[in-house]
Amino acid sequence: MGRIYVDNNATTPVRPEVGEAMAGLLRGCYGNPSTLYCIGHEAHVEMELARDTMAGILGADREEIIFTSGGTESDNMAIFGVARALKKKGNHIITSKVEHHAVLNSCKALEREGWSVTYLPTDEYGMVASADVEKAITPQTVLISIMHANNEVGTIEPIAEIGRVAKAHKVTFHTDAVQSFGKLPINVNEMGIDLLSASAHKIYGTKGVGLLYVRKGTKILPILFGGHQERSLRPGTENVPGIVGFGKAAELLVAEREVEEARLARMRDRLWDGIQKNIPHIRLHGHPTMRLAGTLNVGFDFVEGESIILSLDEHGICAASGSACTSDALEPSHVLSAMGIPPERSHGAIRFSLGRENTEKDIDKLLEVLPKVVENLRSFSPIYKEFLREQKTAS
Amino acid sequence: MAYSEKVMDHFRHPRNVGEMESPDGIGKVGNPVCGDIMELYIKVDGDTIVDAKFQTLGCGAAIATSSMVTEMVKGKKIDEALTISNAMVAEALGGLPSQKMHCSVLAEEALKSAIDDYHKKQQG
Repeated sequence: MGRIYVDNNATTPVRPEVGEAMAGLLRGCYGNPSTLYCIGHEAHVEMELARDTMAGILGADREEIIFTSGGTESDNMAIFGVARALKKKGNHIITSKVEHHAVLNSCKALEREGWSVTYLPTDEYGMVASADVEKAITPQTVLISIMHANNEVGTIEPIAEIGRVAKAHKVTFHTDAVQSFGKLPINVNEMGIDLLSASAHKIYGTKGVGLLYVRKGTKILPILFGGHQERSLRPGTENVPGIVGFGKAAELLVAEREVEEARLARMRDRLWDGIQKNIPHIRLHGHPTMRLAGTLNVGFDFVEGESIILSLDEHGICAASGSACTSDALEPSHVLSAMGIPPERSHGAIRFSLGRENTEKDIDKLLEVLPKVVENLRSFSPIYKEFLREQKTAS
Repeated sequence: MAYSEKVMDHFRHPRNVGEMESPDGIGKVGNPVCGDIMELYIKVDGDTIVDAKFQTLGCGAAIATSSMVTEMVKGKKIDEALTISNAMVAEALGGLPSQKMHCSVLAEEALKSAIDDYHKKQQG
């Protein structure tokens, strides 16, 4: 039984070309990039090439790219770093209710230190309104942090509009672009972005490496202390193989972006059409059009998400209920709650996130298996039986 | 988090699943807001539970504990059935992840509620 992996928003398989690029470094180029002798220098050169790639993708300067250990560290660095640098200027941060926990829990930690945080609501699709951002700005506001694309439902936030608002009010603007980097076109200047988080393992690189774009002139203090690496903003010997792999992964993804994004969107839309035709009592979570090409979050009424995931796993299909980070938690998804979806419905939400290894055959298999799985679980769901009885009485 | 082989077996092949024609006792516990609803039906002959069935909306552990508790009560005298605890259900399943222990509590409550319903019907 072949495995069908449709959980690419959680993590992605490492691309062969990325693995090869990294293996080359692991074999020969073990030198510390801060040293002067040849193997150290070679490692440095490779790493700087990756930095150039990232700068090119974002429309940034190479000095503005800081490599980190991943999306969570980048988000922490942006939020704590700016907060500490600007604490004399104000004590207010604006974010949204649908952010990743790396942003939400950083903000909560700052609240415990006396900061005031506004968690903006969203519409039914999980979209933040730039007008709401503007209304929330006070003379005390020093940072706005709104994600580019949502990990659970794929909704793409109006980042360029929010960037304009931030600029007009001279407030620093951070975006968590972990789900969009390499997939959606980003230009930090055109979009008014001051700080941007990205991660390698979401784009076919390895776990444990990410970046933070920091616009020149942005007031930020380090949250780690040590050597001079990464302009002293992120001390510690760099993860050279990881960074080189990240650069390769980003370069390849951007080169094939338009074709691949269109392919993913076609497969995702066929999956949704098939689900709509074959399974009753379902709903789409997330924006109908402003959505990541590979993301499809569906609510199945009268069943519970985990039991769908376990049943799909029986058929070799790997999907997610809620986000991977919260699948051990019993609370309904904070993103779906913010979108106004009641808990009894959000418990039945499944996220399918497609990636470059998926094919039309995977969609065929999903459409063959999914209706059976849902029908079977509904066959002994007491609330489904109750619903059917009520329907009978009504007609 | 990983489930034991026994939990997965009861999830894949739930025992005694479905509705029961004119049960002697019904236990309904949980609510859709928490994501778990269990309905347990028992048939009683004299002082013995001769049959048990269930319908459950919930996670893998909720389905497995429902299945297991119906297996455990069948053929038991009512007094004996009342001694079945959530820990016994979890143990019979080869253990449950700690965050899923509440599912075994639900199974115990469903059973007690079904027996309670049976007693009420006897008196009523």
